[in-house]
Amino acid sequence: MLHDVARDADICHILGYRRPVAFDDLLAGDGRVEPRDEMPEGYRRTLVRQIAQHAHSEIIGMQPEGNWISRAPSLRRKAILMAKVQDEAGHGLYLYAAAETLGVDRADLLDQLHTGRQKYSSIFNYPTLTWADVGAIGWLVDGAAIVNQVPLCRCSYGPYARAMVRICKEESFHQRQGFEILHTLSHGSPAQQRMAQDAVDRYWWPALMMFGPPDDDSPNSAQSMAWGIKRFSNDDLRQRFVDMTVPQAQALGLTLPDPQIAWNEDRGHYDFGPIDFTELAEVIKGNGPCNQQRLAHKVQAHEDGAWVREAASAYAAKHARPTEGAA
Amino acid sequence: MITPPDSSPPPLRSSGEQSVGDPDRPVAGLVVDYVLGLADDALVSAQRMGWWISRAPQLEEDVALANIGLDQLGQARALLSYAGRLEGAGRTEDDLAYLRDEREFRNVWLVERAQTDFGVAMARLLLVAAWQSELYAALASSSDETLAAVGAKAVKEVAYHLDHATSWVVRLGDGTDVSHERMQAALDAEWPYLDELFRPVEGSVVDPASLRAGVLDRVTPVVAEATLVVPEVTPARGGGRQGLHTEEMGYLLAEMQHLHRSHPGVSW
Repeated sequence: MLHDVARDADICHILGYRRPVAFDDLLAGDGRVEPRDEMPEGYRRTLVRQIAQHAHSEIIGMQPEGNWISRAPSLRRKAILMAKVQDEAGHGLYLYAAAETLGVDRADLLDQLHTGRQKYSSIFNYPTLTWADVGAIGWLVDGAAIVNQVPLCRCSYGPYARAMVRICKEESFHQRQGFEILHTLSHGSPAQQRMAQDAVDRYWWPALMMFGPPDDDSPNSAQSMAWGIKRFSNDDLRQRFVDMTVPQAQALGLTLPDPQIAWNEDRGHYDFGPIDFTELAEVIKGNGPCNQQRLAHKVQAHEDGAWVREAASAYAAKHARPTEGAA
Repeated sequence: MITPPDSSPPPLRSSGEQSVGDPDRPVAGLVVDYVLGLADDALVSAQRMGWWISRAPQLEEDVALANIGLDQLGQARALLSYAGRLEGAGRTEDDLAYLRDEREFRNVWLVERAQTDFGVAMARLLLVAAWQSELYAALASSSDETLAAVGAKAVKEVAYHLDHATSWVVRLGDGTDVSHERMQAALDAEWPYLDELFRPVEGSVVDPASLRAGVLDRVTPVVAEATLVVPEVTPARGGGRQGLHTEEMGYLLAEMQHLHRSHPGVSW
């Protein structure tokens, strides 16, 4: 019964006429927490951190793929890639807007990114060295992102969950585009096949690390699960990704760089080799191949655009309606 | 409608212009060159616009500039494909974009130089979009069915580009002292390249000179609203329609073409 009450309350709140419902009642009924509901400070803080990190990942993620816009090998691929990187900027916008419903400001969140106080996904600290990397990012990185993000469509915080519905639809489109790039390469010339295999060799392990540390070394997971922010553990999601990806690799005719991958009849899952989590820790610490470069690019764009943003504010102030000034 | 070789000149082309191309080249070939010029203007604009994605002053602008670049790229693809069909030698949009050498590109100088300053990017977009608004509207009513269809679609796209550029030029011109100065400098830097758009081109379907008044009617009030002045400058030499480019063009093509050319004959 409580379940239905919460669901009804959820819909009414979106439409703007729901009364605030107690936090625990909403969680118990699998309802959605909305911006005007009371919520524990830790819940709010966790969400701000997670949504901001997610938004930052989208906009830093524009760089490795944007790196190939000028060099895309056909005009069709160039158009698809421009649209894809544009989608990432759009995802960043939805996510910053979702974070702002929690009482923070986009400019402050960007400042925290620029000064290294907030993180973004470590995967974007790897370089895109060949065109095939654009395919590998679409297939593996967006593939992993989808596995991570589909459960977030049922996240307990309404604005985040709703942003994720739209983002997941676009991500699955991107994943198919990445698969198609690699399929074309793996069925192309020997040089194209080598390019595709090399990209998969370099991106496979970092993609597996996108699910975070193993469950027994993930201190915040239990609380996030209790709050309905996180629905599945890191290792469960990682396993789901491996199970989804191994048959796709076979369809591509590419080899995943892990000789221990094998179907385990008893578990009903693919086994895979141990992940080098010291590598993940190093990249998070700032010692990946592109950490400084990615952040410097973002900071440079922000600083170069300061005069433009200042001009826009000055113009808006000058041309504000007189009543606003008089009020 | 494809103009067959050795037929009379295409419609709307003004007579009595000074010849700027190869006098022995058949008229259909001149029309191909004309269409390639418009295609290359759009393609090179898109190539320069792509640079901004991840570098814009704010996230909304990354989205907007990507959108504009995508429109320009779409126009380029339609025009390149049509030029290939007109030529009749089986060249595709990619053959024309990736396998022509610099001397065969026919875009104007206005679009090919780097635009890594936001004021320059908006000044140039204002000029390009104002010109394309006039051009595509004229093409839309031309008797060439393909160019008319491309023009009818593109004219709606560039109306948005013009709006976008206008809103930035006005805000930057009438923003802070710094932005006023930078926007005027950007306009001064781009304005010399405007003239080339209106010079005669052999095979033209729309007489370039006929677009000048309309373009100035669109641009001049924006400059005034932005509290800026129309630059009094000597027109740049130009020569892009004849395949003579600035030094920056070679680098643009080297970057754009190298991967495609490194793997001859494959699919992507």
